Amino acid sequence: MFSLTKTIYTVFMTMFRKRATIQYPEERPYIPPRWRGRIILSRDPDGEERCVACYLCAVACPVDCISLQSTEDEHGRRYPEFFRINFSRCIFCGYCEEACPTNAIQLTTDFEMGEYKRQNLVYEKEDLLISGPGKYHDYNFYRVAGLSIKGKGKGDGSNEEKPVDPKSLMP
Amino acid sequence: MTDTIRQLIVLFSILFTVLTIGAMLIWLERRLLALWQDRYGPNRVGHFGLLQVLADTVKILTKEDWVPPFADKPVFIIAPAVIMVVVLMSFTVIPFAPGIEVVDLNIGLLFFLAMSSLGVYSVALAGWASDSKYALLGGLRSVAQMLSYEVFMGLSLMGVVMLAGSFNLRVIVEAQRHGWFILPQFIGFIVFFIAGVAETHRLPFDLPEAESELVAGFHSEYSGLKFGMFFVGEYLGVTLISAITVALFFGGWMGPFLPPAVWFLIKTFIFICFFILLRASLPRPRYDQLMSFGWKVMLPLSLLNLVVTGAWILLKTK
Repeated sequence: MFSLTKTIYTVFMTMFRKRATIQYPEERPYIPPRWRGRIILSRDPDGEERCVACYLCAVACPVDCISLQSTEDEHGRRYPEFFRINFSRCIFCGYCEEACPTNAIQLTTDFEMGEYKRQNLVYEKEDLLISGPGKYHDYNFYRVAGLSIKGKGKGDGSNEEKPVDPKSLMP
Repeated sequence: MTDTIRQLIVLFSILFTVLTIGAMLIWLERRLLALWQDRYGPNRVGHFGLLQVLADTVKILTKEDWVPPFADKPVFIIAPAVIMVVVLMSFTVIPFAPGIEVVDLNIGLLFFLAMSSLGVYSVALAGWASDSKYALLGGLRSVAQMLSYEVFMGLSLMGVVMLAGSFNLRVIVEAQRHGWFILPQFIGFIVFFIAGVAETHRLPFDLPEAESELVAGFHSEYSGLKFGMFFVGEYLGVTLISAITVALFFGGWMGPFLPPAVWFLIKTFIFICFFILLRASLPRPRYDQLMSFGWKVMLPLSLLNLVVTGAWILLKTK
């Protein structure tokens, strides 16, 4: 009998406690910076697309929600002809971000992607591309890769030595 | 003629108030339960979620009103109406304030007890007519529970009747002018309140509908407005037991400053909130515990209360 009374009292006193609920649309919950939300494609510091269309993200994706087609511009720089992410399938596992060799594909803190039509959840390249470098401000793949493309010859990259002439005997 | 019109106005205003309270309890219960469970409850529809009642009503009205093919159709349809009728009939004898009551019945308390006993039929018939095992189990349980709790519910009130010397609820309220009956009849109050909770089969005594074991008990097969009738009937039952408790033990409309009807409503409201607090805090007992608690604890207690009150009155009158 005493324990019942005590139970009733304890439950009654809950009334004066602070609620655990966050009133979502008006009150925003804390989102950690490493949150895995909406996927974006970033650009390098020069403003070019980082994606080199290597397909590694599409391979890593466990639900096959990424599809792309690679192509090259006139200077031999690879880029995706189209890049499509079906967010109705995406499970936000972040494997694509881990697989990406050029830090192009990144997950952001945005999670508010509600749509009335399923088709609207299929994002094309223009929806995915952002104007900045995302989480990695200074990284530029073509500046560290040994590939010669427009504006950068062989051996011009950072931390890169001049190419050796194999036909010469000189050291 | 003017008397008849006055009677009609009182009747319809009581009906309106009671039904409004019954409907608003849907919202109140959800908000209060949330409050006691560290949540907010419905607060989106209208101010404080008050229009939730309207939304729920529209929803329940537009639901498919389905009668299962194996059910006993006429009984199945009558059962939910019975509980509404019976509970609303009980409200006729309750004195809300001096002059504001439907009938000034000199056996008002007996009428209330009779009507609450008739309420068993609703549950039993619903369980029987549904022709489903869960509904039948719920119906059986409720019959046993309500019949056995009915016994000492009546007995616990006899102390009050002895002190007031009348079955008329208005006279009982007026007899409390110099002290509420809660003090001399504390045990009677406890026993009556527990029996009242069991009578309206609210938690912790909701064994007839025990969600975790019997799906929804006697109203498993009900949907739409028929389910709504059970639902509102239950809330009306809560209001009724609270109002009767106030009238019998807490001085009814008596109170300083405020008008009598307001005092009555405030006291009733506190008891309704207590009903909901009980639901928020107490677990449901096992069925055999419920029965043995009723027969082995509550019945002797109410008999003892009866004997002691009788002896006390005898000593005083000598």
